Amino acid sequence: MTRLLARTSHLLASLMFLALLGVALQTHAQRTDPNAPVEDPDAGAVKETTLLQQHPRIEGRIDIPDKRARVLEQPAGRAWVHFHEVTLRWLGSIAILGTIGILALAYWVLGRIRISAGRSGKKVKRFNPFERFSHWLTAVSFVVLALTGLNITFGKVLLLPLIGAEAFSTLSQGAKYAHNFVGFSFMAGLVLIVTLWLKDNIPKKIDLEWLKQGGGFIKSKHAPAGRFNAGEKAVFWLALGAGAAVAVSGLTLLFPFYGTNIASMHFAQIIHAIVAVLFIALIIAHIYIGTAGMEGAFEAMGTGEVDLNWAKEHHDHWLAETLAKERSSEPPAHSGVVPAK
Amino acid sequence: MARMKFLCDADRCIDCNACVTACKNENEVPWGINRRRVVTLNDGLPGERSVSMACMHCTDAPCAAVCPVSCIFPTEEGVVLHSKDLCIGCGYCFYACPFGAPQYPRVGNFGSRGKMDKCTYCAGGGGTEVSGSVEEFKKYGSNRLAQGKLPLCAEMCSTKSLLAGDGDIIAQIYKERVLRRGYGSGAWGWMTAYHA
Repeated sequence: MTRLLARTSHLLASLMFLALLGVALQTHAQRTDPNAPVEDPDAGAVKETTLLQQHPRIEGRIDIPDKRARVLEQPAGRAWVHFHEVTLRWLGSIAILGTIGILALAYWVLGRIRISAGRSGKKVKRFNPFERFSHWLTAVSFVVLALTGLNITFGKVLLLPLIGAEAFSTLSQGAKYAHNFVGFSFMAGLVLIVTLWLKDNIPKKIDLEWLKQGGGFIKSKHAPAGRFNAGEKAVFWLALGAGAAVAVSGLTLLFPFYGTNIASMHFAQIIHAIVAVLFIALIIAHIYIGTAGMEGAFEAMGTGEVDLNWAKEHHDHWLAETLAKERSSEPPAHSGVVPAK
Repeated sequence: MARMKFLCDADRCIDCNACVTACKNENEVPWGINRRRVVTLNDGLPGERSVSMACMHCTDAPCAAVCPVSCIFPTEEGVVLHSKDLCIGCGYCFYACPFGAPQYPRVGNFGSRGKMDKCTYCAGGGGTEVSGSVEEFKKYGSNRLAQGKLPLCAEMCSTKSLLAGDGDIIAQIYKERVLRRGYGSGAWGWMTAYHA
């Protein structure tokens, strides 16, 4: 029995050998025959151009733990560089220099908006110390963030040739860390501002009237307003929107590749940069109207008290409400209206 | 002067990762950093191909263009080098790179990535260190090019899939291979890297 089995297996083995030899000879014949069709082992292979047409990135499997390394190729990197080096530079320059230009023109045409009735010598409390702290926390953070942020895009063009590579590198390194940490005090300030002033910034009918009357820029007309006029409300809502956008995109950039891929990192950077330069332009206008552009405006955030006549001209409804409230709730000795020093 | 390039013949790459190991050993690359890697496409499927990828030393290198401190630059031979003394670790070169080449010693929360590290084409560093010096080796790795040698990854490649050298010459070698064997899936990354 065992012998029979061994014999058959021998027979089978030799048959298989013959079969294999036959196959080998056949392929050999095929190869030597120049007219035989070449079997293209590459026909089914993945092709770079095809893959890039199907998807903006080519991704595969990798043996190392770094998941980002699975992306073999992302030509979008070049497009993002073009945005950062060309588009953003133009956009930023136009937005910021354009705003400065318009403000210079406004100053030249309108001049400083004076208190038409002159100073009354009496003061009205406009912002309490906590409100001013919240404002200045946000303001100082914003200026630091704006300058350190602009350095990333414009620094190598404007500053690098002036101070040299080593000094500029040291400065930029510091600027990077400042930007990454000051972002949190900005966000805290923004939250405070929004909580404090949200209810006074809800758009009302009076805002339309304020706009119709030229927003206080036309001397012959009187633009009525509550605690905040339509212009201030616009700044509030734009700052809230832009602040939220830079905060969310900024946090995404601060914690890179947490649930994001290379494309979403590009997107976050683009949003962060575009919103930031427009935000800077907006805040430049806000700084202008709060300082050089209008007499008596800075005191509101400086000392917290404004001149009675300034309040009458710019925030009549708010003044009336404030005075009425204080008259009814407090004895005359502690009136909100105090003589100037 | 030669224009140095890399070319990976994906039809020859067997995903052995010898190039990765050679690179790590030759340059004493720290843990967590891979200057070269092998990516397998369509893994386990018909038409699977592996491509060995590192810095391609691009023409008009996007990393060099975007670097906010301009610390990345091409040499006369087209090798893209950078200065670790000037690098601020902002991570922008990684966003810019079409091939994911720039690496950082740390994860990078709060911008704490550390100095960027990438393939130097075994040509030392772009800092102020003397070419071929110990200081240069510690910071950037081997400087084989100065000794007239090509990058070790390509030199070690067992199937000669990865080619390094003058762009025209390696392109010619690849072209001849394709003609001889009658197929070729193309020089991966060349369109993006060299506009070729």
